Amino acid sequence: MSTPRRRRTETLPYVIGYGLSLLLTSIAFGLVWQHVLSGHTALFAVLGLGLAQILVHFRCFLHIDLRRNSLPDLQLLLFSSMIIALMVSGTLVVLINLHSRMMGP
Amino acid sequence: MTGPTITGFLLGSLSWGALPFVRAWREPNISEIIGAGAGSIVVIGAVVTIALITWLQAWEYLWTQWFTSLDHKKIGIMYIVIALVMLSRALIEAVLIRSQQAAAINGPGFVEPGHFAQLFSTHGSIMIFFMAMPFLTGMVNYVVPLQIGARDMAFPYLNSVGLWLTAGGSGLMMASLVVGEFSTGGWSGYPPYTELNFSGGPGPDYWIWAITLASIGSTTAGINIACTIYKFRAPGMTFLRMPLFCWTAVCTAILMIFAMPPLTVATALLAADRYLGTHFFTDDLGGNMMNYVNLFWLFGHPEVYIVVLPSFGVYSEVVSAFSSKELYGYKSLVIATMAIGVLSFTVWLHHFFTMGQSADINAVFGIATMAIAIPTGVKIYDWIFTMFRGEVRFTPPMVLSLAFMVTFVLGGFTGVILATPPLNYMVHNTLFVVAHFHNMLIPGTLYGLLAGYMYWFPKAFGFRLNERLGWISAGCWITGFYLAFFPLYVLGASGMARRTHEVFDPAFRPWLYVALFGAFVLFTALVTLFVQLFVSIRDRHANMVAVGDPWDARGLEWSVAAPPPEWNFAVIPQVESRDAFYWRKRNREAYKPVDHYQDIELPKPSACGVIVGLSAAACGFGLVWRIWWLVALFGAVVVATVIIRSFLRDVTRTIPAAEVEAFDRRWLAQAHYAKPVSRQREMSRRNEGLAEWTA
Ligand code: HEM
Ligand SMILES: [Cu+2]
Repeated sequence: MSTPRRRRTETLPYVIGYGLSLLLTSIAFGLVWQHVLSGHTALFAVLGLGLAQILVHFRCFLHIDLRRNSLPDLQLLLFSSMIIALMVSGTLVVLINLHSRMMGP
Repeated sequence: MTGPTITGFLLGSLSWGALPFVRAWREPNISEIIGAGAGSIVVIGAVVTIALITWLQAWEYLWTQWFTSLDHKKIGIMYIVIALVMLSRALIEAVLIRSQQAAAINGPGFVEPGHFAQLFSTHGSIMIFFMAMPFLTGMVNYVVPLQIGARDMAFPYLNSVGLWLTAGGSGLMMASLVVGEFSTGGWSGYPPYTELNFSGGPGPDYWIWAITLASIGSTTAGINIACTIYKFRAPGMTFLRMPLFCWTAVCTAILMIFAMPPLTVATALLAADRYLGTHFFTDDLGGNMMNYVNLFWLFGHPEVYIVVLPSFGVYSEVVSAFSSKELYGYKSLVIATMAIGVLSFTVWLHHFFTMGQSADINAVFGIATMAIAIPTGVKIYDWIFTMFRGEVRFTPPMVLSLAFMVTFVLGGFTGVILATPPLNYMVHNTLFVVAHFHNMLIPGTLYGLLAGYMYWFPKAFGFRLNERLGWISAGCWITGFYLAFFPLYVLGASGMARRTHEVFDPAFRPWLYVALFGAFVLFTALVTLFVQLFVSIRDRHANMVAVGDPWDARGLEWSVAAPPPEWNFAVIPQVESRDAFYWRKRNREAYKPVDHYQDIELPKPSACGVIVGLSAAACGFGLVWRIWWLVALFGAVVVATVIIRSFLRDVTRTIPAAEVEAFDRRWLAQAHYAKPVSRQREMSRRNEGLAEWTA
């Protein structure tokens, strides 16, 4: 059975992760809402905050870190990255192409 | 003055005109009467079912043993029941579509344009989201844990939530027949047509929320299946010892995990446009419908592999079992499956070749599309070589598998035609496309699911299905397909657009008549399928295969009783090789008692899945009709149930070792006294589920 102490160390990462996620999300909303940034800077700031949040989720919720990375976890991560890269890059190519052909000057 | 506001608050935008019966009364024409008829079938069907259950006093049994069950086997069966009900509806709609087109040559036919558009939209949406997806999810649910030597899925409660979300979505589809109308935007629901400006009614909202429930359900199912296969394999069951069905299941699960989110995003943004006044996909104010098209097909193409891969798995099992041979080229099949899985994320643009990209981009995606034919071809050859010099028995699942191999290859050829952009420009949006994708989906999905249903049925229920009726049904599915869809190639190549309500070229007439006749043959096939089920249940006592191995098959699922006990395996098996059970039989190690029985822990039944799924459906209904109190109430119920359930600690129950032992010994005694049956006689009453093996 888990001692109270062990339970504390087990829940701690979740609490930290939750706090960090909340913080990152509110910053993203705040930036736009309060008009702190605009245009492309706002876009990339939100994108960066989103990526940071992905890392937080990996670290705190999925317990993936660089030290004791077991092979299956790494494989899954690489596979997921590949699929997402395919979808995102393909989408960018297609939509930029469409944009230049249809919305051009 | 307060009257209208109160009803407005209580009923949102609902009014009497939403009921098809009222519409048929006000405007009695054939189209409305068909609508009212369909609505009454739903209502009468529901009333009769409820009355029957009450009369049989089966509510408590159904609630405790089925609806709240977290047993993967029961959840699987319930998924398949939903799929068969929805298959019936969608097939009847297909017959109506075909009748309308055959009747509307130089005339209006008998179904009004709006109603016709609803018919093809519901047919397509149901066949994909509420027939193919539940059917395959159910089959994977039932079979995979048994094949990998596990007691249940990784997340039994999530499994139940997924089931009931699918059931809730199906409920919304059915509700759209009785209250209001469905979308007229096709199964793909392209904006801007599905935006408020062009489709103001509740139709697209029904579509959005039904699809959303189903796709969330599928995402959870995908996560569950992948985790089960990654983490719950029996000791010794390495990846390369898994039956091929498990490989296709894990590949499908991965596709679900990555492919469903784009759809959910697309429908959510469309909903935002319709409900919140945003402009993601509108014509004006910066909206861009190509974003929707791109997201939809990012989902849509992997989706076709989601529905096709499990059937490939079924064929691999069926062909090997009914040829009494090891699967030929196991590793090449595994590699081909995974290659198809990855490639399926690189080709989505072939669904919109004609929507404005440059020719270079079209060429890249066209070539990628053709590349998928290579791993698929590998598979076909592997199945053929599996049969080569095997002891082939033409059971109904085997007949369906053979029909698949021939028919699917033909569909693949027309796929390569469509993957060539210049040719695609000629036939896009015609019946040629409809013929092509049915040519893939009916053999590639439906035949496989039906073959799997007939192959594993004796395992699930302990008796064989009637083979004669199985052959008749398979024969009708096969001839019906050719009659119903090959004429469409001709029609499409001659320029007949898909989704056409009226036809103005009399030269199309003979082809449309043949296609209609084919649709009737397919309907006969469906009826025969149900007759087969009925007759087999009636004659079950003569066809018992309780020992559990009627086909001398290979996987671990055949190594337990039929039907299997709730805990699947008395002890978790130790796996030494591929085709584990087959070699255990050959080495005289099958049907041996266990030294030491132990208590087994299983998940307790839970009503939370039912509550979440049905409340989500009620919430969706509220959203469709803008009944905000309903939305708030049931939205809160969903959230509260999820949270409360997460605090429950006492969620398992223990089956005492004595009970496990008693069951196991009874079954072993049955196996001991049963007469082994030879392969030639496996379709006779002598088959008690114990295979005779030589070698
Ligand atoms: C079993 C017999 C079936 C028949 C007779 C049938 C017939 C039809 C017909 C007549 C159409 C409309 C063609 C048009 O646009 O003019 C259609 C569309 C469609 N069918 Fe089927 N079908 C069958 C099975 C299936 C299956 C098994 C699936 C999928 C698993 C499926 C998926 C679709 C889809 C996605 C559409 C497109 C709907 C749209 O235009 O938005 N059908 N079918
Ligand atoms: Cu595709």
